[in-house]
Amino acid sequence: MELKEKLLSSFIAFENQNSIDNSFINELRGEAIKIFENEGFPTKKNEAWKYTSLNKILKEEYSIFPKAENTIEYKDIQQYFIHDIDSYKIIFIDGKYASHLSKTTHEGIDVCLMSAVMSKSKYQPIIENYFNKIASKNGLNALNTAFCSEGAYIHIKKNKLAERPIQIIHFSTGVEPSLLLQPRNLIVVDENAQVQIIERHQSLTEHATLTNSVTEIFAAKRAIIDYYKVQNDKAKASLIDNTFIDQHQESDVSVHTFSFGGKLTRNNLSFFQNGEHINSTLKGVTIVGHKQHVDHNTLVHHIEPNCESHQDYKGIFGDSAVGVFNGKVVVEKEAQKTNAFQANNNLLVNDKATINTKPQLEIFADDVKCSHGCTIGQLDESAMFYLRARGIPEKEARALLMYAFANNVLESVKIPQLKKRINKLIANKLGVNIGFDL
Amino acid sequence: MLKINNIHAHIDEKSILKGIHLDIKPGEVHAIMGPNGSGKSTLASVIAGKEDYEIEKGSILFEGEDISELSVEERAHKGIFLSFQYPVEIPGVTVTNFIKTALNETRKAKGLDDMPASEMLKRIREKSELLEIDRKFLSRSLNEGFSGGEKKRNEIFQMAMLEPKLAILDETDSGLDIDALRIVANGVNKLKTKANATLVITHYQRLLDYIVPDYVHVLYNGKIVKSGGKELAFELEEKGYDWIKQEANQNA
Repeated sequence: MELKEKLLSSFIAFENQNSIDNSFINELRGEAIKIFENEGFPTKKNEAWKYTSLNKILKEEYSIFPKAENTIEYKDIQQYFIHDIDSYKIIFIDGKYASHLSKTTHEGIDVCLMSAVMSKSKYQPIIENYFNKIASKNGLNALNTAFCSEGAYIHIKKNKLAERPIQIIHFSTGVEPSLLLQPRNLIVVDENAQVQIIERHQSLTEHATLTNSVTEIFAAKRAIIDYYKVQNDKAKASLIDNTFIDQHQESDVSVHTFSFGGKLTRNNLSFFQNGEHINSTLKGVTIVGHKQHVDHNTLVHHIEPNCESHQDYKGIFGDSAVGVFNGKVVVEKEAQKTNAFQANNNLLVNDKATINTKPQLEIFADDVKCSHGCTIGQLDESAMFYLRARGIPEKEARALLMYAFANNVLESVKIPQLKKRINKLIANKLGVNIGFDL
Repeated sequence: MLKINNIHAHIDEKSILKGIHLDIKPGEVHAIMGPNGSGKSTLASVIAGKEDYEIEKGSILFEGEDISELSVEERAHKGIFLSFQYPVEIPGVTVTNFIKTALNETRKAKGLDDMPASEMLKRIREKSELLEIDRKFLSRSLNEGFSGGEKKRNEIFQMAMLEPKLAILDETDSGLDIDALRIVANGVNKLKTKANATLVITHYQRLLDYIVPDYVHVLYNGKIVKSGGKELAFELEEKGYDWIKQEANQNA
């Protein structure tokens, strides 16, 4: 049976066994499954999916309802945490919450679970105000909504500062030979509040995992959010990340996406600026090789005047890797004095690697500064000669130049330990020990 | 130390070096002068091992070993240093990290462990003082936004750190004001020992007032057409290159 049919026929079973009794959500689920039934999974006929085909990964026989059993201990997975900092942790194993690995809180801020928020009446106003409000109503998001049962819920209340970063990690163990995961996260940051979040999806063995994740983020007036996505999964894991951000006046939200691992990764990242003097930052470093496929599909919607957006994506593609960047910037007629910057720079390290890059600017205002640039190039040979003439061997010289190429994206990472880790991942990915502490 | 025998080199089928002979012994300073386009920078690149140039004839011996088949980095590990006419800007890599990497890669090639951090710091401090380099400068991205003088000072700083046996200074004086020239030349002179050698490549005699050569060679049209002592440099400064060209063309 095709995955779509399997999902549709499983929906009734899911509704019956679902322990969350919330009529508001149930109604949304009903609508969502209909959208999914009509639209299904996107195909290459869809302009936004022209260069990324899900065909192959949809052919796996995914388990939709994983068993809740695991014997994972912290020491087995410590390496996947940024473990040298004090942090809150929301940890899932095969889609189920792992309380023994997590550290949640309700003191001043809520760092807990979507399942609790969807089922407890005290959170009902949150659900009704925020849930499924900004996620676009396409097949993939609808599928997530129809089946959503777990994920991270974070609420930083007015004037509060989450004094430590929050790590959200989804592990998959391989107990199921192939597994479909659909985490659903909701993040609400009230006026003048601040938070840093690190998100990661990690398989523990080589098995097929497909994650279709939906995250809705709300940044109220003057809220500050720094979100880091670490995508370094094993070779058979695929990820479709759908993240939507609603920003209000003077808020400042940054999303950094580090894509090094996995088979197919698609990042749908959408920012909506609903207020003045908003700053949105979208940054990414992609380093992939050997048949890996990474697709960044971004949208920044400038709706009101005097806002800024900065996009800077760097990609390094080796072997037969494929990269896609599709960056859309919409500036509405009212959004005068917008300053929108977009850059996508790529290095092709190998003749077989491919990059498709497409900036899309739709500007309806007349007093704006919008710039975009994309480059596809190879390593500068004169720089190579310079480094080698100083005794740095060819392989290390290449790595050093690639590191340097990606480096400016890291400058804006605000958690030093994370920055260090990303540097290490980059060095590993480039296959060198560059000899200095990156 | 360096013995070049009848080197012929070309790039893209264009012949640039047409039979160069050069013999540099430890402790000596040689200067190569010549008009633009005579092949000076090509000679520097060929000694350093730049692969764009094809050597069709001749040999390059360094300490008795033919190095013409060695890679750029292998030659660097043997102690050949090329100070670039146009040092390349590398955003994202600091001067300190770059020089540490270069030094430790050179040590690794010799089978040595990384230099201990304290020793590295000490050496960086000493050598940066020698070149009158500010500490802040060391944490900037390599050559990015450096003035001409800063770039050249940084080249000589790297040379000081790496302690090469043969230093080739390719147009080190270009883009330098008189103060920077003095600092750079002073650095080069202080690094001079009986065991190392320097090859200064320059268009003008100016630098040779500060770095005094034992031998001066004039390169024209891919050949060394005249060699002499330091007085040859003064003669060139006074009379220009035209008489050399005429002489060479007559002999040809």
